[in-house]
Amino acid sequence: MKKRILVVVLSLIMAFTLAACGGGSAEPEININPEPAGEPVEGGEITVGVTADLDSSLDPHVSSSSAGTREILFNVYEGLVKPDSEGNLNPAIAESYSVNDTADEYTFVLRDGVKFHNGNDVTIDDVVYSLSRAAGLETGEPLVADVAGIASVEAIGDKEVVVKLKAPDTEFLAHITTAIIPKDIDPEKEVVGTGPFKFTERKVQESITLEKFGEYWGEKPYLDKVTLKVIDNAETLVMSLKSGAIDMATHLVFSQVKELSGLNIYEGASNAVQGLYLNNAVKPLDDPLVRQALSYAIDKQAIVDLAFDGHGTLVGSSMFPALKKYFVDELTNYYTPDAAKAKELLKEAGYENGFDLEITVPSNMQQHVDTAQVIVEQLQAVGINATINQVEWNTWLEDVYRGRKYQSTIVSFDAHGVAASDMLARFQSDNGKNISNFASEAYDKAYKAAVSTTDDAAQTEAFKECEKILTEEAANVYIQDVASFVAMGGDFYGYEFYPLYVADFSKIFKIAE
Amino acid sequence: MIKGMNSHFKIGAVITCIMLVIIIVGMFWTPYDPNQMSGSEKMQGPSLQHLFGTDNFGRDIFSRVVQGAGATFMIAFATVAIGLTVGILIGLFTGYFGGWLDEILMRINDSILAFPSILLALVLIAIFGGGKYNIILALGILFIPSFARLVRSEVARQKNMDYVRNAKLMGVGTMRLLFVHILPNIVPVLLSAIAIGFNNAVLAEASMSFLGVGVQPPDPSLGRMLNEAQTYLMSAPWYAMSAGIAIILLVLGFGLIGEGLGGERNG
Amino acid sequence: MKYVLKKTGILIVTLILISLLAFLAFQIIPGDPVTKILGTDYTPERAAQLREQLGLNGNVFLRYFRWLKGLVTGDPGISYSYFMPVKDVLKGKISLTATLSLLSWIIVTLISIPLGIIMVRYQNETFRRISVAFNQIFMAIPPFFLGMLLAYLFGLVLKLFTPGVYVPLSQDFGKGLVYLLFPALAISLPKAAKVAKLLHASIQDEMNKDYVRTAYSRGNSRWAVIRVHVLRNALLPTITYIAMTLADIVAGSIVVEQVFALPGLGRLLITSIGNRDFPVAECIVVIIAFVVVFMNYLADIVTQYVDPRVRLG
Repeated sequence: MKKRILVVVLSLIMAFTLAACGGGSAEPEININPEPAGEPVEGGEITVGVTADLDSSLDPHVSSSSAGTREILFNVYEGLVKPDSEGNLNPAIAESYSVNDTADEYTFVLRDGVKFHNGNDVTIDDVVYSLSRAAGLETGEPLVADVAGIASVEAIGDKEVVVKLKAPDTEFLAHITTAIIPKDIDPEKEVVGTGPFKFTERKVQESITLEKFGEYWGEKPYLDKVTLKVIDNAETLVMSLKSGAIDMATHLVFSQVKELSGLNIYEGASNAVQGLYLNNAVKPLDDPLVRQALSYAIDKQAIVDLAFDGHGTLVGSSMFPALKKYFVDELTNYYTPDAAKAKELLKEAGYENGFDLEITVPSNMQQHVDTAQVIVEQLQAVGINATINQVEWNTWLEDVYRGRKYQSTIVSFDAHGVAASDMLARFQSDNGKNISNFASEAYDKAYKAAVSTTDDAAQTEAFKECEKILTEEAANVYIQDVASFVAMGGDFYGYEFYPLYVADFSKIFKIAE
Repeated sequence: MIKGMNSHFKIGAVITCIMLVIIIVGMFWTPYDPNQMSGSEKMQGPSLQHLFGTDNFGRDIFSRVVQGAGATFMIAFATVAIGLTVGILIGLFTGYFGGWLDEILMRINDSILAFPSILLALVLIAIFGGGKYNIILALGILFIPSFARLVRSEVARQKNMDYVRNAKLMGVGTMRLLFVHILPNIVPVLLSAIAIGFNNAVLAEASMSFLGVGVQPPDPSLGRMLNEAQTYLMSAPWYAMSAGIAIILLVLGFGLIGEGLGGERNG
Repeated sequence: MKYVLKKTGILIVTLILISLLAFLAFQIIPGDPVTKILGTDYTPERAAQLREQLGLNGNVFLRYFRWLKGLVTGDPGISYSYFMPVKDVLKGKISLTATLSLLSWIIVTLISIPLGIIMVRYQNETFRRISVAFNQIFMAIPPFFLGMLLAYLFGLVLKLFTPGVYVPLSQDFGKGLVYLLFPALAISLPKAAKVAKLLHASIQDEMNKDYVRTAYSRGNSRWAVIRVHVLRNALLPTITYIAMTLADIVAGSIVVEQVFALPGLGRLLITSIGNRDFPVAECIVVIIAFVVVFMNYLADIVTQYVDPRVRLG
């Protein structure tokens, strides 16, 4: 009798296993960048899964805001000018602008009939208030680093505003996308902008609701409502997409997309540089030889192949290919994967037997967790014992981004605007966001030269010089511009990629059934 | 108590032995390196080359399940060892001496037992941080009260028995009395508690790793694998199934042994 | 009455101990919440103001009593991550976890008692063996694995529900219940198997007692004896046990919420621990522990009321 129970138990297990194996694996069909199968209709609601709750403060001028928050707030707040999906800067709240010959004085003319979400008109006072606040003109501490170069903001009449800069800056227009907010509300408590969507509700760790702003000055969005649902677990995100619990998710990787046959998939670049960012201030990473050894040990192409099924563009410095003017392709293969060379460099640096390396990774970002797993394997081959430390996003911000208490981390850095300085400013030795603690006099000099000249060609050259220094010094291991996939359920189409880290919901539409 | 083992115990012992053999062999040899990635062999179904197929990095799932089961088992083992050792010490002394210290310790004990285990483990993880060793520590602490309670009640029962009185009359020291005379007599009761403890520890470790606070990637653990497999449930169900069934077998084996031992005593 | 008083005394001591342990546990974690909220550069005035606001002044015991008072009066502090009252962060999440646990609990009862009885009712050997084997396997399935299987089978393949969607009961009772049903099943099936087994064992224990033999000797059939005499006595310990499974059910819901992407206390707890938002984590821990301890207390009292033979054992 006992044997029979055993037989029953074992046969049940067999049944389970067989049922599992019977699933089969036909190659899934994936529609990448599909043509809409019908005419767009006005209205409709979309539920979007986001892998981290937005920052606790939705103040658009808060400097430490995360990319995930900024990409959503893009729909809510606008600046004097606004980037489009081609990378152009178009007048937005300003109707037109002019710049003087020395590039240190910009004049903006306010557009008529722009309204805030609370129904009030945007006045010149609001503009002056917003820019002064962001630039910290009264407190002396700029809230938004992009506009730290502003010396004064002055209204001329009730239509024009003159912005004077401390030093010439030909890229300033890319920075003046800073949000314009009403002067009489507290942006920490209320979210009032001028964008195509207005913010209506927030449930902590659960959801954020945006609704169409009927009085938007520009082209109005198709959708009536966008609900962002917080799903801080990559696995449940895919399940929710498949089940239809959410209609859309951004920043997916190909292995996730492969599971989503039947959905509309959009592929684009994430326009950010994914890297193994190193804390140059801690041992043994303070030694350039060690950093170079890491660069030789890591096979970028293998990462892209193993973790991203070949989707992604390799980079060699802190610049992504979409910023064509500044991208230096020769740096991409500056370090060709070479384990022997890496070992040699380690030996030279005195780490013949390798060392322990902790890689801190935000746990909600599947692409970085996957990359970390491949890197651990690659480093093993040269004797470096790497371990992964997964942390929640807020903890990452606290420990790594603000506290710089880490050894190495894998993330992507994006550009706030379409300016080269956005990708390079952070590596100046005294920059507040220099999480690598990179310190190079040559770099600081080259960067200063770049931002202080008004000669376009000389500036581009100087920026390229900066990139070259980063690569040669192996400040960090720059890996790739991760291919970014957006999945949208059945009837939704129209996603557009920007050369920036934004998710524009205003172009998304539903088709007639 | 060895005579007339019931069927529960036997089946449990068979399952556990098979699993243990696989785990022990897996410590020295697996068909593939569990962390070896292969771009050309991603997400393959079960085949003769890869018994349980491959995962999204082209790693051999069978090798990973074997190593993951090993990791889970080692964590469970260490956890039970900590809980048992400290639990026995606390239980022996409080049970034997009684008094206010006993009263206080047992109150704390009961308060800890009142917490759902995962909840307490998460609190301890908040204090120590995640990772393999901290999981062992957290779960180990978690397991102390149940062992302490059991030992205490057994000691309290035994201390009035004749053999203890006789030993005392013969002038046996307290330490010797506790560890040499009383302790062996409560071992039979402890055995079933140990098996149940293993059962709970395996489940707890799997849950914690599933939640992402246990074993860190790329090291395999059954709970982690289940978590990762969730994405591929539709296209690669074998991934989740192999990890899930391995957990079930471990839990089932220890559960049956525990019941077999307990059932023997009661009935 | 004396029993109730004694139990109530123990309850109060336990609750105080739990709150103290939970509070102290989060106090020993290094790190200054002020730095966490303000970043690295801030003025001393701002820091002092924030310290006051968060109730971080005074020694540990002063802080504990302030916190306990806040907890009792419904104001358990301010979240570090969101900088808003903890009770606003918890809004809506408590009701979800409570509903899920309650539903699971009902399912455990509804499944386990009939199952336990059926297992003794039918004496067919094969049936008994199959049911025992099934029972054992179900007891060994981790709730999160069962949850994945249910989500896969009923959600993605059969499309009976949409995993990842949650409709609050207050919004649409019927729909809300359907969406919670599968997570609840994932939590309760393993538990129900265990309870059924317990009931089965307890009935068999009773069957060996003298009064059962007497009943047989009067010419009653086996089923009549079970129904009239045995069941009443056997059900009592089972019901007490069901009351005590609440702790496991809540523990199960913490993990299962993650599988089904339900925005409940469990998921909030895990994120707030990861985010080091301790006021929130602390509050959730205490709420759950309080409920569990209180339910156990009720179970004790009720059992004693129903069956006065049960004394402090």
